[in-house]
Amino acid sequence: MGARGRATLVRVLQAIPVIFGVIVISFILTRALPGDPAVQFAGAMATDESIQQVRETLGLDKPLPQQFVLYLSQLAQGDLGQSLSTGRPVLTDLASRLPASLELTLVALLLSCLVSVPLGVLAATRPGSWVDQLCRLLVTAGVSLPTFFTGVVLIYIFYYLLGIAPSPLGRLDFVYLDPPRVTGFFLIDSALAGDGETWFAALRQLILPACTLALFTLAPIARMTRAAMLSALSADYIRTARAAGLTRGKILYGYAFRNALLPVVTTLGMVFSFVLGANVLVEKVFAWPGIGSYAVEALVASDYAAVQGFVLSMALLFVLLNLVIDLAYSVIDPRFGTAAK
Amino acid sequence: MPTSRRQFLKTGAALTAAGILPFARALPAGAATGDTLVAVSAQTINSLDLHRSGTNRASYAVAVNCYDRLVTFGTKQVPGGGLSYDYSTIEPELAESWQISKDGLTITFKLKDALFQDGSPVTAEDVKWSFDRAVTVGGFPTVQMKAGGLVRPEQFEAVDAKTFVVRLDRPSKLSLPDLAVPVPFIINATLAKANATEADPWATEYLHKNTIGSGAFKVIRWDSGQQIVYERYDDWVGGPLPAIKRVIMREVPSAATQRALIERGDVQVAFDIPDKDAAELADKMTVYSTPIENCIHCLCMNTNFAPFTDPDVRKAVAYAVPYEAIFQAAAYGRGAPTWGGSAEITDTAWPRKSPYDTDLEKAKAHMAKSGYADGFETTLSISTDLASWMEPTALLVQEAVGKIGIKVTIEKIPGANWRTASLVEKRLPFHLENFGGWLNTPDYYFFWAYQKDHLFNSSNYFNEEVEALTDETLHMAVDDPAYAPKIQRMFEIVFEDLPRVPLWQPALNVAVNGASGYEFWFHRQLDIRSLAPAGA
Repeated sequence: MGARGRATLVRVLQAIPVIFGVIVISFILTRALPGDPAVQFAGAMATDESIQQVRETLGLDKPLPQQFVLYLSQLAQGDLGQSLSTGRPVLTDLASRLPASLELTLVALLLSCLVSVPLGVLAATRPGSWVDQLCRLLVTAGVSLPTFFTGVVLIYIFYYLLGIAPSPLGRLDFVYLDPPRVTGFFLIDSALAGDGETWFAALRQLILPACTLALFTLAPIARMTRAAMLSALSADYIRTARAAGLTRGKILYGYAFRNALLPVVTTLGMVFSFVLGANVLVEKVFAWPGIGSYAVEALVASDYAAVQGFVLSMALLFVLLNLVIDLAYSVIDPRFGTAAK
Repeated sequence: MPTSRRQFLKTGAALTAAGILPFARALPAGAATGDTLVAVSAQTINSLDLHRSGTNRASYAVAVNCYDRLVTFGTKQVPGGGLSYDYSTIEPELAESWQISKDGLTITFKLKDALFQDGSPVTAEDVKWSFDRAVTVGGFPTVQMKAGGLVRPEQFEAVDAKTFVVRLDRPSKLSLPDLAVPVPFIINATLAKANATEADPWATEYLHKNTIGSGAFKVIRWDSGQQIVYERYDDWVGGPLPAIKRVIMREVPSAATQRALIERGDVQVAFDIPDKDAAELADKMTVYSTPIENCIHCLCMNTNFAPFTDPDVRKAVAYAVPYEAIFQAAAYGRGAPTWGGSAEITDTAWPRKSPYDTDLEKAKAHMAKSGYADGFETTLSISTDLASWMEPTALLVQEAVGKIGIKVTIEKIPGANWRTASLVEKRLPFHLENFGGWLNTPDYYFFWAYQKDHLFNSSNYFNEEVEALTDETLHMAVDDPAYAPKIQRMFEIVFEDLPRVPLWQPALNVAVNGASGYEFWFHRQLDIRSLAPAGA
């Protein structure tokens, strides 16, 4: 392990103050939000008395520091609190919704990488050709088409007009039952259960929303691949490699692409975290029970526990993601861990 | 509710006579025929227990469909087509019959021989426990019970297994109808108590996830944020057995997606769709747009804030509002107009047309007469949550009152603050508001919207005569000879004083493709008990 192992450990330790900071900030920010959850949840016809009752049940009549200590002690026991708007423990909500979002986002990213990375490489090796123009067109379209619009257009064409896509009713059509829960990822769970039919149904439901998201994420990845490849190809070591008479494939994939991958992986990480939080609109259009719409609804209703739980889980996810990206660096770039720290 | 896959399939198979799986895997969405009906709605159900604090409006549907009340309302034809509940007739649900004592203070109910869904008999003790729960848990259920004069557990008595008595502090016409609203639903008390804890004596945790009533349906599956699946309870005695065995209520937040689904016929009911979609779908399929009873969208002027303290300013605004344009732009003509009525009031219909109509000359005349002849600046507040109707309305109002010298800035208040700002603190000088009362009498509307300090009186309106008249009429029988003149007087006063300018009566829009029997209810939730396959 040595240097690499130590560097990884340092990364993990560095995450602890970050997460504590996130806990404090999310706690304060949710309280600073305008709106009074007691009023919100007492219902439209509530009287002052019933609002006060609700406030006491929620523990919101206590001073803030006391609320914070209570929150911390709950957290220490792994209890994220109870969401008021869904009436379930936040942990249960997150456990059912996070996999839905992750599955969608991962499939979309995979799809988008499969298209954008080769496209970026081709565009960089043949600048000005039709591939380069196609890349430019896709990048522009991806950036300029809002996801909810792409989603509705895809539904209109493939579901409404052609009738080849399944009803846009979330993760599974109602004639199917959720596969027995192992990971919460329907594709994995149904595969584990050996249920091909449900697997296929879940995949069919995934295609349209994943395409919508893929189109959106395609742009930054393709653009970054193209730019990174261009700069790598014009680097001195490529010239040396060419001069040394290495084969074109070896130069392109052995040296240029490997060096170009670093910024691409960084972009991928950024796109992933961004999309996970920002796919609310896709979730709404496809009735996808994901984490984005959960967070937005919780925010609108001043549902403190749910918002804090969401922020915390996202923070954890980001820390994890950064770690994974760092580890990916160490695979791509052997210098990792020796220079820094 | 946690149902394992195997268990679910097993119950399904047992219940279907031929043993065909209810959710036969290969069954396409569109093939949902006779047995199963699919409905979509943008709303999220967040609890199976209406009494729990934090339960939202959409969840009232569960109380309606899975539980019984003692009584229910009858059914009537709506003039525009379709069915509606009928506030004027009360029919038995769990009660077989009832008697009101001469002094109007005691109502004695005889219960039907009914069974809860777990097979145990429904007794008066269950009714008492359920009513006690409703008046004790606090929050909305307790407030709603109070409207019918039901406040303390001591008012309810289980005389014997089949006799239940309600004692009132004063006779009120609202008491019996208040027993037909979703709140006083009857719970299997024995089962609930078995699942109650010391900290939770009313078993709110258990009822949050389980339906334990005697109603027409039971919830066999609830995926929070996704769907709720109802299955018929075949021994229901509260009314005629529903024609449909299973109803799946799917949550689809996007109106565009809902529309694609209903147009393709993959779902049979799209519930509570936007006015725009209702107007456009109306040529393609059956769309019911029922004006919501006792509900009015209003433009409110806060009588605590100058210049709206000036009655001429309020009248000038009422004459300046472009009613027809707003009705077309914000409601796409769905609902009922509430402007341009006659000045003379001869009946007690409510909501009714106000005597105002768009008339710029009159508006200018009133403005000139007021203390603000040179005009003034003000802020018109709207809620971001209700932007679909408030935003176009606000823009049109802004443009119109600009013509009489009132310069309006539109302020959008986030949904979470709206209620506090408009209803609790009542600090918005000029704003849009909506109130709808479940109990359909004008005095009940006045109680909430025109009486001093009451919640929906966001205009801070106070008029001694209206206070007195509302108090007098609130519990008075509608056929009392004194009732109609008093109500008409109340109409006259508030149309003269104008703290709220009625804009229009909104509609509840429901698109139906391949189903029949839809009935409008005041609670604005889908009552699945009357639904049937198309052509049935």
